[in-house]
Amino acid sequence: MSSVPPALRFAHLAMEFPGVKALDDVSFSVEAGSIHALMGENGAGKSTLLKILSGAYQPSAGQVAIAGQVRPPASTATVLQAGVAVIYQELHLVPEMSVAENIYLGNLPHRRGWINRHALAQAARRQLARIGESIEPDVKVRQLPLAQRQMVEIAKALSRGARILAFDEPTSSLSDREVQRLFTIIRDLRADGCAILYVSHRMEEVFALCDRLTILRDGHHVTTCALATITRDDVVQKMVGRTLENVFQYTPRALKGPGLSVHGIAGPGLTAPCTWAAQAGEIFGCFGLVGAGRSELLRLIFGATRKTAGSISVGGRPVTVHSPRDAIAAGIVLCPEDRKKEGIIPGRSVLENINLSARRRTARGGVLINENWERTNAEARISQLRVRTPSAQQLIRHLSGGNQQKVILGRWLSENVKVILLDEPTRGIDIGAKSEVYAIMQTLARAGVCVIMVSSEIPEVLGVADRIAVMRSGQIAAVLERAEANAEILLRLALPVENSPPP
Amino acid sequence: MLPSSSSPPTASTSRGVGVVLWLDQAGMLLVLAILFTGCALGVDNFLSWVNLRGLALSVSMTGMVACTMLFCLAAGDFDLSIGSVVACAGVIAAVVMNRTQSITLGVLSALLLGAVVGFTNGFIVAKLKINALITTLATMQIVRGCALIICGGTAVGIQLEPFFALGNSSILGLPTPVWITIACFVIFSLVLNRTVFGRDTLAVGGNAEAAHLAGIPVARVKMAIFTLQGIMAALAGIVLASKYTSGQPNALTAFELDVISACVLGGVSLTGGVGSMAFVIAGVLIMGIVQNAMNLLNVDSFYQYVARGGILLIAVLFDRWKRRHPAN
Repeated sequence: MSSVPPALRFAHLAMEFPGVKALDDVSFSVEAGSIHALMGENGAGKSTLLKILSGAYQPSAGQVAIAGQVRPPASTATVLQAGVAVIYQELHLVPEMSVAENIYLGNLPHRRGWINRHALAQAARRQLARIGESIEPDVKVRQLPLAQRQMVEIAKALSRGARILAFDEPTSSLSDREVQRLFTIIRDLRADGCAILYVSHRMEEVFALCDRLTILRDGHHVTTCALATITRDDVVQKMVGRTLENVFQYTPRALKGPGLSVHGIAGPGLTAPCTWAAQAGEIFGCFGLVGAGRSELLRLIFGATRKTAGSISVGGRPVTVHSPRDAIAAGIVLCPEDRKKEGIIPGRSVLENINLSARRRTARGGVLINENWERTNAEARISQLRVRTPSAQQLIRHLSGGNQQKVILGRWLSENVKVILLDEPTRGIDIGAKSEVYAIMQTLARAGVCVIMVSSEIPEVLGVADRIAVMRSGQIAAVLERAEANAEILLRLALPVENSPPP
Repeated sequence: MLPSSSSPPTASTSRGVGVVLWLDQAGMLLVLAILFTGCALGVDNFLSWVNLRGLALSVSMTGMVACTMLFCLAAGDFDLSIGSVVACAGVIAAVVMNRTQSITLGVLSALLLGAVVGFTNGFIVAKLKINALITTLATMQIVRGCALIICGGTAVGIQLEPFFALGNSSILGLPTPVWITIACFVIFSLVLNRTVFGRDTLAVGGNAEAAHLAGIPVARVKMAIFTLQGIMAALAGIVLASKYTSGQPNALTAFELDVISACVLGGVSLTGGVGSMAFVIAGVLIMGIVQNAMNLLNVDSFYQYVARGGILLIAVLFDRWKRRHPAN
């Protein structure tokens, strides 16, 4: 090591939240003039680390050192003065103010309180020119496309003299061309001697752009190395902690007769009637791009949206479903995609969330809560699904995403389930919980439940499902056997056909 | 994983969170205890039996209706029409009793009015999906107007003397309306905590979409709440008519604001999903004690408005502060 201290050093950082260690003894350095990637699964601690860097969180233990100087407990304002800027996914700009005002927000050039508009525009133009942008400084930020807003954010950081820039998934909503442009700017910043911390889960980008790499897993530091010395497979394995086949745990199962069949079902979000049948004991995958109508199809089956045509049968017997209540009575249940908005009651306990539906069956006379049953049932689901919670009385909003998902699964396992509809069941949950969710799906299927899983992650569908329906522009494009499906076929079927009108 | 998206504790706020946690548990009951002790020590005659009895009687109306307002707020709605329903129910009870000479028919017709207004509110809010503020603001005026139309704008004296016992008698030294209020507190507390309907109410207020997808009949729960609310307001109207020995079309203007103030003051969240009967009782008593103490101290009624508004504002600010710094 050279004698020059690193631009940025994290030393033994730890961050504890009630019941969770988000970071545990994390140490690594970012050198000036380098682009340092930070990778890890959801929940690995990347966001927490960035929030400590930006001064939004104070670490429970450990230090942040900038150019060798240990930083005192910082606020977001003092961090900016120390030359550190964190550029988040959701940009922190004021949409109704001009580009120039945003760049100099809190720092506007003025004379006795009167803003010097001319000087402001000049200065903003100069800052933008530094990163090769020619946005008019008087335009309101609201009118800019996202990629340009990001440029404004970078110009804002540079105008404060930032020498350490952290980017949090900066390319998540950019087009390829915009990504290339952003990379050019980041490389220029590196040439300029800035230290860049680049948080991303996109392997291609990291290998194309970065010099060094740090991997976090479950709040722990796994490795820091030069990218030239590591392969992609190694990165995945270090992030995941195991190989992918183990995650899915697929074993063939015996099918047990008719499960869910939908016939000519139509309604909002679908462009053509859908007909297919899944067997009891089968895991039936449903793949498609965003907007292909997958969630809409599940909502129609579940009665959450009123269908305009078609029929459903469960176990070979036709059922009438006009509402979620009807669906639940027929043994069809849904774990929705957006857990926070549609799944959990955030302000209520784990126990309440588990018993939300089944209490209707178990209440005395249908009115009085059966508290004994509810307590026993909640405890049983918590241990059956290994929900990590201090007690059944814990508010569900304090649980991690994976554990919230398990509580919702527990809600439905308290019912007499014949068909379970899972909409992106592993979105936003960490890898350990993911593999547990897959295991639960297999167990359910083996017990004769018909499992329908909607997913937009190709490896997940390929790894878990027995058969895969591919949806495209609001209709079923094809239904594939496990053996005949691969990533390329799925994508080809899912992409909208050329020259077809947009859905 | 982070425990939640809401602001987690940091070194700078963890002391604040501790305070909130403590305040949340002890809650307004603590404020109530301090207020009561303060008044007992500082205000002459406050502790006298006559005064305490009067205090209990003065909050009994608010208390009765606050029980169902708790359900309304917990489900994420509220109801502004209750003051008008109280007045209109009193007028109807008076008119029907005078016409039929039957207490039973008078009481039943008043309760029916409450149920009809409440159900209408609930139907419009839950089925037609109109904002509860607008809906009940409209029915508030319609029902007040109906009360005035029915009696031609003047109070209707009731001719059946046995009916006056309801509002003016005492049982074991406490006025009957106070017993009715206590009974309501007990019953609705049980309904909230021990019945499917009560738990559904909190789930609907906590996350209506999730409740719907969990098979809870959201619209039916809301309609039931508004209907109950109407019936309780009508009951209060009947008790009031008995107390005044007449149906008063102009009675209890701004009553709805008193009731909502009391609930919010006690810590019932305006955004729904949070509430318990203890909060409501504390809120009702705090409002009552402040009012009572100001009367005993001969505070000009003009200043009383300012004081009550100020207290409500503080309570709401406290509620907001609590939500920004959720206790774990």
